Amino acid sequence: MPLTAQPAGSAEPYVLSASLDNARHLSSLLRAVHFQDHATCFATDNGLRVTVEDAKCIQANAFIQAEIFQEFAVQEQTVTFRINLSVLLDCLTIFGTSSLPGTSTALKMCYRGYGYPLMLFLEEGGVVTVCKINTEEPEDLLDFDFCNTKVVNKIILQSEGLREAFVELDLTSEVVQITMSPDKPYLRLSTFGNAGSAHLDYSKDSDLMEVFHCNQTQTNRYKISLLKPSAKALSLSCKVSIRTDAQGFLSLQYMIRNEDGQICFVEYYCCPDENITEEM
Amino acid sequence: MPVPELCSPPCLTRLLLLRSPPPHAGPISAPSGTARPGSARPFPHRLRPRPCAGGGRWCGAGLGAAMRFRAKIVDVACLNHFSRVINTIAKLARTCTLRLTVSKLYFILSDKVANGGVGMWCELNQGNFFDEFQMEGVAAEHNEIYLELMPENLSRALKTAQNAKAVKMKLTNKHCPCLRVAVELPSLSSSSRIVTHDIPVAVIPRRLWSDFREPSVPDFDVSIYLPALKTMKSVVERMRNLSNSIMIEANLSGEMNLKIETDLVCVTTHFKDLGNPSWALEDGCQSSQDRDPESMAEARIDIRKLQQLLAGQQVNPTKALCNIVSKRIVHFILLHEDVSLQYFIPALT
Repeated sequence: MPLTAQPAGSAEPYVLSASLDNARHLSSLLRAVHFQDHATCFATDNGLRVTVEDAKCIQANAFIQAEIFQEFAVQEQTVTFRINLSVLLDCLTIFGTSSLPGTSTALKMCYRGYGYPLMLFLEEGGVVTVCKINTEEPEDLLDFDFCNTKVVNKIILQSEGLREAFVELDLTSEVVQITMSPDKPYLRLSTFGNAGSAHLDYSKDSDLMEVFHCNQTQTNRYKISLLKPSAKALSLSCKVSIRTDAQGFLSLQYMIRNEDGQICFVEYYCCPDENITEEM
Repeated sequence: MPVPELCSPPCLTRLLLLRSPPPHAGPISAPSGTARPGSARPFPHRLRPRPCAGGGRWCGAGLGAAMRFRAKIVDVACLNHFSRVINTIAKLARTCTLRLTVSKLYFILSDKVANGGVGMWCELNQGNFFDEFQMEGVAAEHNEIYLELMPENLSRALKTAQNAKAVKMKLTNKHCPCLRVAVELPSLSSSSRIVTHDIPVAVIPRRLWSDFREPSVPDFDVSIYLPALKTMKSVVERMRNLSNSIMIEANLSGEMNLKIETDLVCVTTHFKDLGNPSWALEDGCQSSQDRDPESMAEARIDIRKLQQLLAGQQVNPTKALCNIVSKRIVHFILLHEDVSLQYFIPALT
């Protein structure tokens, strides 16, 4: 690939430099967390994490492991910067979102460090685009502290099961209520809209159910407006892991397989809307 | 930047000759006697005189007794092709002038440059579209008709004509001048189904015809073939999300750059190996010959207007090029077998 990011003779190293044969592997994952204009990027030896937050209630993370990239070099322990995600996506898809078979956009990405812009070099069919996106001061992010030991209930579903539910969600309902229980109804999604309530139950023995570890009955409500953006990630994913902790915080982990069969993850954390003590 | 002095400005009639030779083939020769020094006026720099005040826009200009126009398309491929051209025009202009001559149809837009307007000149050979084509202008020595119409109306009328057996067009004057489009649809019974659209038109009197004269190719600094329009469209669409204006620059080494610059982001797309058409002049001297082949001519234009052209065009040109007059105007030419479309976008200051 004739992408020379570093001018010959320049000794100043990039704190982050990465190259990718198919920029779509990155852009499709970023689109799955694109519900706000701004994102914070963290690059470590393991790969790239892109975090988007809204209203201090929801956080989405896209993880792109270093293995996805053909080259991924980080010179500091963690390289952090904030960037306009809408602009980044427009740049990554400059040659179009749907590439024809056999053509793909090659990407080289460089960042010189704090105060410098993020440089993108994109190439498709001999046409080269150079983008210089200004970076911003990183902001403090929420720490959902969702470690395995705190997880109360965990269910792994095939995404197709949840996709239908999301498409049909009653948007006149302000919240979606999720019940997870070791006994019936096992997993229940409920909405309470203008036209009445709707409940959708998944049996523990359903073919869609891959893992079912529920230790106690939990019922929590989440703002539908906060969960709706995760539908983008859901539509790309093949499996989804639904987890809750004792306070009712929700983690939705989407496993996404790209065109080359590589696995990436997008994760949504969401605060519960209110505490419900009584059983529905 | 000094504009290279041209012996005589190339005349547009020769553009059609561009179709035949391949991109790097020999120079394009002008038909002799068509380009007169000083006769060419940079298009569309002239302001259009106001039509007379009061009453109708083109008051007093009803259909002349002799004025007649009647045409028919039967072939479905011709019909679809004609619809695509009209759709393209409708995307580019809200109102435009339709000029009819014995052999050709022209769609002309000459917005005032003072208003930052664009110019359009689209030329069709009637013989390649119409099975029947009869027209009679106001007088034998001025055998032409100039009409003002909204191309959207024509485009809408042709939408019903997708599987039509035939489409007839006729100039009528029942209550007001109209272009009647009669679409004959296939029918299972013996009686035919005909949908008729009457599209209001304004007849442009002869004294204003000179406003719609053939535009001259501007004295460009660089002329270059455009890259694949699909790629260019995609690039311009993304850039439009990021900026309101776009810088087009090109040189005589076949390189073209599209550039945007804002507080947030700078994006430059580099195209190369595009090729530069050669424009020969009557006396054999080559335009822009003294220019450094590496040096870029540039113009910053309204990105929406460029996007409109790229998104709206349905003619799928066999050849597309642009001429850049540094900091003044960008002149796009899309050529198809039987259609040529020119589009002028003035530079922003």
